[in-house]
Amino acid sequence: MANVLHIVVCAGIVPDPLQTLEPVTGPAGPGLKNEMVLPAVLDPWAASALYEAAALAAKNPGSKLWLVSLGPKAKLQQVMMTVAQKVAFELVPVDGPIGGFPDAHATAAVLAETIAAIPGLDRAKLLLFGGWESATRGAGVTLQLVGERLGIGDQFQGVDQITLSDDGSFEVLERVEGGKHQVSVCAGTPAVLGWATGNLAEPRNNPQVGMANMRTIMPALAKAKAAKLEANGLSYVSVALPKQQRETRVVKDLSPDQIAAELVEWIGAE
Amino acid sequence: MEKILVLTHADESGSALTKASLETVTAGLELAARLSAPLTIGIVAADSATAATSLPSTGARLLTVSGEAFAQARYGSDAAAAEALCRAAEATIVLAPGTSRFTRIAAGVAHRLGGFVDTHITALSGAETVEASRWFYRQRIEAVISRTTRPWFLLLDAGTHAAFADAAGTAQVESVAVELPAQRTTVSGFRAPAQDAQTIRPDAKMLFVAGAGWTKKQPDGQTHAAEAGELILGFLHATGASLGSSKSLVDQGGEGNSVLPFLTHLNQIGQTGSTPRHAKGLSTCCHGEEPHVVGWRFIGSRRAISLDPNCGWTRGKADVVYVADAFQVMAKVNALLAAAKG
Repeated sequence: MANVLHIVVCAGIVPDPLQTLEPVTGPAGPGLKNEMVLPAVLDPWAASALYEAAALAAKNPGSKLWLVSLGPKAKLQQVMMTVAQKVAFELVPVDGPIGGFPDAHATAAVLAETIAAIPGLDRAKLLLFGGWESATRGAGVTLQLVGERLGIGDQFQGVDQITLSDDGSFEVLERVEGGKHQVSVCAGTPAVLGWATGNLAEPRNNPQVGMANMRTIMPALAKAKAAKLEANGLSYVSVALPKQQRETRVVKDLSPDQIAAELVEWIGAE
Repeated sequence: MEKILVLTHADESGSALTKASLETVTAGLELAARLSAPLTIGIVAADSATAATSLPSTGARLLTVSGEAFAQARYGSDAAAAEALCRAAEATIVLAPGTSRFTRIAAGVAHRLGGFVDTHITALSGAETVEASRWFYRQRIEAVISRTTRPWFLLLDAGTHAAFADAAGTAQVESVAVELPAQRTTVSGFRAPAQDAQTIRPDAKMLFVAGAGWTKKQPDGQTHAAEAGELILGFLHATGASLGSSKSLVDQGGEGNSVLPFLTHLNQIGQTGSTPRHAKGLSTCCHGEEPHVVGWRFIGSRRAISLDPNCGWTRGKADVVYVADAFQVMAKVNALLAAAKG
């Protein structure tokens, strides 16, 4: 028997990983140089969460999937043009700042308030998904804080797999140290799952899904509420690119035997 | 005045502290000495009293939470335990190891106490205040942060401090009672590759990074994935190195191609993978930014084997780049290592 799930995926937008990043400090604190013009993508681990959520919703008829995203409206619209073609979802956008430097607690407060106000969301059926860490702040705390604010007492981080049973319980595989997974069984929803990579490949673009999504995405973006993030006492003493630059020795004229001998000596050295 | 609490937990034995916990004890001792602040150490374990026997020489107040419920790493019970320890210690600064167990709960506990949390801390500094170093944008930008709000939870990355070690002794511990909520989650165990197939070894001295070049067509116009697999596993077996991989190589496996079957996303380093700490790193057949910049941030001595003499990502990042065919070189390396072992 299928379980009806209400899945909310929290996903931010991040600079395309191939972009060169340079920090700058402005009146509002640190940020990235030309941040608003850098190409952006959906946060990679959160994207895994979205694809897993869509697959789970598809297997459980009657389930619903919302994507909650905080960022500047213009950037959200740009990223959604691509993401909307992957899987079907209802976007719940929040117009706010971009980047890794705002405080995670402030972000979590806005997200929790937004999720609590989603019309038709049954919190007893809620699976709160997201990436276990973002590619910006990389703190791995926002989703946990949102879950705590929503009163969810079962949380899992570094998730690579969820398997639902007919009785509504589910098994979760979480990454732990040493390349292992911890296996847990939870009695049922609600729960928080911070996803790692999962097991699904990125879905192919589907223009029909894209068109259907965009019919609701554009009005949602137009109505997106603006959010201001509190600093919560957080200050930056310094923000800089790493200075360490190594003097690379490029070896072009050694035979494989000679290289191997050099490497073995290096491996054995303390 | 600041009051410092170091949160620790036991390893799978249930009665000995993890290495990461002992590293955090060192950080706590250093910070307490610098700020002239009182230090408390909290222990979460099935048998905390035994775990505490490694700590009497710290001179810290020792608070413990014990019981079968704390043998398992689980949000509900661990968060309740950490919350009880924090309330008992009345700490303003809480240091904890950035293990999977405490990373799962630290933010939730901080929220319950009206506090704030920062994770992946690599250094603590500041003369009279507390300043913490951490990386942003997946190890591309380094920042030093501070907070005026308390309590402030700081999760330290593993390998950033030496593990506290002293002779075991009799510890005076104070047991802290925990009111556990009803638990809906049961931990049933761990799933791992067979021991000889486990290629992720966090305590290894060396990280071996395999890039997508291993599965590309070779000079004979064919791919040699099976041979690549044998060479890589042979090297790992001979050296005990840990195996990292670029995203592109792992993705090939996930798409059903018969490439390197022992690779999973857990091996992946870089933007969407891990950033491990090892004394040495050898990168092979990698041609992108991911392994050399992001994944290698915390590798000490770095060498690379690449066919591309102009690979911009190795320049300034690796100490030595060998312009050579990794198939040929690694076959010779494995032969030399085998000969050395007799």
